[in-house]
Formats: sequence, C-alpha cells, structure tokens
Amino acid sequence: MSSTPIKKVTGKAVFVPGDDIDTDRIIPARFMKCITFDGLGEYLFYDVRKTESGENKNHNLNDPRFAEASILVSGNNFGCGSSREHAPQSILRAGYNAVIAGSFAEIFFGNSTNLGVVCVIASDADRKIIASAIEIHPELEITIDVEDYKIWYGDQFVPCEIKLGARDSLLSGNYDPLDELLVGAVEVSRTASTLPYMQA
Amino acid sequence: MGKSLFEKVWDAHAVRRLVNGQTQLLIGTHLIHEVTSPQAFGMLRDRHLKVQYPHRTFATVDHIVPTNESVEPYSDPLAQGMIEELRKNCADNNVTFFDTNTGRQGVVHIVGPEQGITQPGTTIACGDSHTATHGAFGAIAFGIGTSQVRDVLATQTIALNELKVRRINVDGTLPPGVYAKDVVLHIIRLLGTQGGTGYAYEYAGTTFDEFTMEERMTVCNMSIEGGARVGYVNPDETTFEYLKGRPYSPKGTAWDAAVEQWKSFASDPDCTFDDVVNIDASQIQPTVTWGITPGQGIGIEESIPTISDAPTQSERDSVAEALEYMQFEGGSPIKGKKINVAFIGSCTNGRLSDFQEVAKYVKGHKVAAGVQAIIVPGSQVVAKIAEDLGLDKIFIEAGFEWRAAGCSMCLAMNPDKLVGDQLCASSSNRNFKGRQGSPTGRTMLMSPIMVAAAAVTGEVSDARKVFGFASSGI
Ligand code: SF4
Repeated sequence: MSSTPIKKVTGKAVFVPGDDIDTDRIIPARFMKCITFDGLGEYLFYDVRKTESGENKNHNLNDPRFAEASILVSGNNFGCGSSREHAPQSILRAGYNAVIAGSFAEIFFGNSTNLGVVCVIASDADRKIIASAIEIHPELEITIDVEDYKIWYGDQFVPCEIKLGARDSLLSGNYDPLDELLVGAVEVSRTASTLPYMQA
Repeated sequence: MGKSLFEKVWDAHAVRRLVNGQTQLLIGTHLIHEVTSPQAFGMLRDRHLKVQYPHRTFATVDHIVPTNESVEPYSDPLAQGMIEELRKNCADNNVTFFDTNTGRQGVVHIVGPEQGITQPGTTIACGDSHTATHGAFGAIAFGIGTSQVRDVLATQTIALNELKVRRINVDGTLPPGVYAKDVVLHIIRLLGTQGGTGYAYEYAGTTFDEFTMEERMTVCNMSIEGGARVGYVNPDETTFEYLKGRPYSPKGTAWDAAVEQWKSFASDPDCTFDDVVNIDASQIQPTVTWGITPGQGIGIEESIPTISDAPTQSERDSVAEALEYMQFEGGSPIKGKKINVAFIGSCTNGRLSDFQEVAKYVKGHKVAAGVQAIIVPGSQVVAKIAEDLGLDKIFIEAGFEWRAAGCSMCLAMNPDKLVGDQLCASSSNRNFKGRQGSPTGRTMLMSPIMVAAAAVTGEVSDARKVFGFASSGI
C-alpha cells in the first residue's frame, strides 16, 4: 500500500483558535459509537461549531468564506488527549489534509502522519501572520512545502518544522507502514521466539 | 554503562530498523476494546490479512457498556451493534474475549493486570491512550491509533521512534489524606500537559517503592495527561506478589524463571536518564483541577489562579478560557464550589483499594441533598470482591448508586452523562470540555476520597477535615 509521495499540500485554510485542542473537541466521544470511520467528517469539531440545540455558533468553521478550506491552522498542543484515530480520520473525512499548529500531541501526530495528514509546526508569530492573512483574504492559497520547510501564503512564506521521520515518510510515500511491517514477518517470529511470554 | 528498563525492553523487542529510521517493534501483548478495534478488523478484511498471533490479543468491552442495565439488547442500538461486532471479530479470529458473561469483563486497563496478562519486561499496546497504566508492572505500554491496531493484528508489530527517558523520583511519605492520584496531578501540574512529549516517564523513589500495585497504576495511568505516551515503575517484590497466582501468570517452575527474568529488566543502578526530576512527597497536597486541562490543578487550600497571574499571553488566554468555561472566578478559593454530581470509578481509580478506602470513610455519612453520586467498579472482578466484602452496602447506605463495571461517566459513550453545565467531582483522568457527555458539563479531577468528601458535603471540600483524618496536621 505504498502511497503517492506528499511533497506539498496546497489549499485554502481556516483558523481554529485555541491551545490544547483535545481529541474530544475534534470529535466528541458521543459520535464515536460506530464500527467504521465513514461519516465521521460530519461531526468534526461538532461542539465547537454547534450550540447545545444544534444551531451554528459564530465560528470560522461555520463561516461560508472558509467553506472550501482544506488546511487547519490552530494553537499549541493540538490533538492532545485520547489516542483515538477518530480524530485525524474526522479531519481527513471533513476534507482537510493538513494541520499547521504550534505543537502536536505525540499520538495524534503519529496517527495523522500514518494517514497522510500533514502536520507541521509554525511559531506563534508565524501562525498569527497566516491567520490574519486568511482573515483578510479567505481565498488566499496556502502551500505547505514539506520538502523545503516553508508555508507559502500568496507569494510570501514563513518557515515551518516537521519531524524528520515523518517528513521522510511523506516524501517517500511510505507513511502507511503496514507493507514494510509485513515484509519483516520472518524476523518478527525470530524475535518472538526469544521471549518466553510470546509462546503459545 | 547500565541501561534503563525502557532501553532493555525496547532492545528485547526491536525487530529491525525501517527505511524512515523508525523501529519495527514487537508488541508482545495486544489489548483491544470495542471503540478502536472494529475499523482495524475491517481494514484487515479489506486487505485479506489474518490476525498473525491471535493468542497474544485479548479483548474486553468497556466504553459503551451501560452500567445500569445488563440485559441485551441494550436500549442504545449503536452500543448493541458495537458489542456484537467485537464478539464477531473475536470469534472469527480466535481472539480471547472477556465478554460480559465471563465474570472477567471490565475496563481494559483494569482487566489486563488483574488477569495477570500484564507482565514485567513486556511490550503492550492498546488502541487507548491510558495504556501506560500497564507500565506499573515494568512493561512498556503504548496507546496506539486504529491503523496501528491493524498493524499489530496483522504483524504483531508497530513502527515507532525510540523515546527519551525522564526519571521522576518521588521520595518520602505522603501526608495523611494524600493519595497516588494527588501525586500524579501534582506531577502534571509541575511538568505541564506537554512536558512528557517525546519521553517515557520512569517513576521511582521511596514513595513508589512503598506504593501498592494499584497506586502505581493510578500514577502510570495519567502519564498521557502529562504528555508522556509511556510511564513505568521498575518491577520489584510488590509486583511479583501481585502477579502470583493470577489466571495468566506463569505457574510452577515457569514462575521462578519468569521472576528471575523480570528482575533483570529493572533499570540498572548506574544507568543514565535524559532528564531527572525530584519531588518531595511531603509537599504534595490533596489536588483538585479547576480548569479544562489536567495540568490546571491546585492544592485544596489554594485559590484559583487569576488571569493576570499568568506570565505569558498564551497562558493568560488559557486561564481566561478555562475560567469562563468552568464559570469560576479567578482568585476565589477552590473549596466550597457546589457540585451536582460525584463520580468514583474509571481506569484511574476504579480498583478495589479505591473502594475500600472510600468505604472506610463514607460509613456513617450521607450524600448531600441534590447531589447524584455514582460509584462504578472498574471490572466485574472488582465488583465481585467489593460485594463479597459488603462495600456495596456501605455505599448504597451512604446514598451512592452502585453500578456494574464499565467506563461509565469517565467519557460520553454510555448512558452515564452530565446534563447541561453540571459540575462533577470526578476520580477519572480528563477534564476536557465536554468530556463527561454534556458540551457544557464541567469536571473537577481529584482523588476518590476527595470525591467522596465533595459528595457528602455537596461542595469541593478538604477530605481530611470532612472525615477527620488523624494527624493531618491541619
Ligand atoms: S475509564 Fe475512561 S480513560 Fe479509562 S479506558 Fe475507560 S474511558 Fe478511557
């Protein structure tokens, strides 16, 4: 299942303010009673977007100006909380394929990368620049250049960071590790044979 | 030079290096539950792959099981669908399932240890972020995503980067009324919710040496709330004593050999750590969270922070957001906040010793008028022993609802939920916005005794005063 390399992500962006956006906020647990990930996109940021009676709140995510966004811009410690892959799955299924944040929670970052959702880190100041640029020009095209560590907004850019291993995986199209893991089967059984608790 | 337990276990399970520099790591023990596994089984079916080592995967059902109805079909058809899907996946793939009729069902992080499946020197993965709980036994235990659950099912391995190790020494004796839960809330307060990113936490020091296995589990459980994916305690006699005679523990001569091997995994005295933090146990207070992240905790005698106290703009924003959500005023005492609900349970504090301790103190007290108090055993095994000891009667007599085993009000996937902006004193591990089922519901994390004190007084209270702890020095 080697996938297409991801060198760049281009699209419109939407700003979701706040630090510590946890996985319960990305996808509230009550929407996780499902046996497939299909349809999860609908519930992305549900409680951030909706009031208790189900009406739209005044939020960028409900703003028609950002309806076509495919890149999320947010705060620090994005994706903290649960290990649930429902979070990046709902991001992906709602049509987003990249997140720009100040930092990421580790498990969320790994889950996202495995799905080919690009997670890059930009400084507070640089994210502010992007957030205000898209506030003024919602149609502005943003390009995350994974290879070059840059986020282009229009014809200007700010630098970004991405973990080396994740960057390599995206650039080579090996971000879903299953095929490579399957190839190691013989070595796996060799390692397993050295561990008493692994024996049937 | 010596090696830490983390390095030893990692080396023993490292299969090979992958192209992107990650390690293919053997996962000896795989635990699954109904929420994060069905999609993984689906992915396996799509690719015509089979479960490679079915005898190393163990399943239970916990998040969606109602704790107040036991007859299927459950009133919630979605919950019914999920339990049936798990049953089917386990049967089709020869995976052991601790179903609700086995007497062994419960929250996955309680079931693994009590069945003796969780063992020192092993690697454990589960599609659940509180998997670090199992680290209390000297295992390296990871929370993983569903695609990785697929990877473990199909290959018994995952691709992972090695972690750094931070040793956290807690030394000395905890003051009366201060518990393992307070220790971990204190650690998170100190090091922050992101402090552990990239690290495994090795918990050590005399406080941990003296802790029971259940106390060690409470601390390891919340490693992820401090940003650490892995947390562990070196195995010792307390560990072996706990495991002896459990259903999946080695027996006979295999037991002696296992203990010898387990001992060899403990960190060497001369090993070095990437970071070391020292904490004085005598300084830890009963700790309560006032905000919307587990790092927003303070001692019961303290006041809630004000916005202007925070040193940076982003921290000021966080405090402001938390105060607004919690409907608290900066600078006001944490004590005296009126609660609506009290919840004792979860994989953090839903074990027998939690219930024994609470029972000891609530005897003779009554839950305050207007407060709903529920107490939920973490597993059917815990429930059975507690009932045999008559603890359920003590709780019911005091006005608590005694429920069946499950995750219950720890999260919003079963009928136990907050309503509106109810304020809940909770022994669970997360106080994120909406965590307990209502988008405006409010959670304050604390030890089970502190929850009990809040339940009987109707407000956040100092349990040491409410229950008259001897020699509390206050
Ligand atoms: S008790 Fe809570 S934290 Fe533990 S597994 Fe269940 S939902 Fe997760």
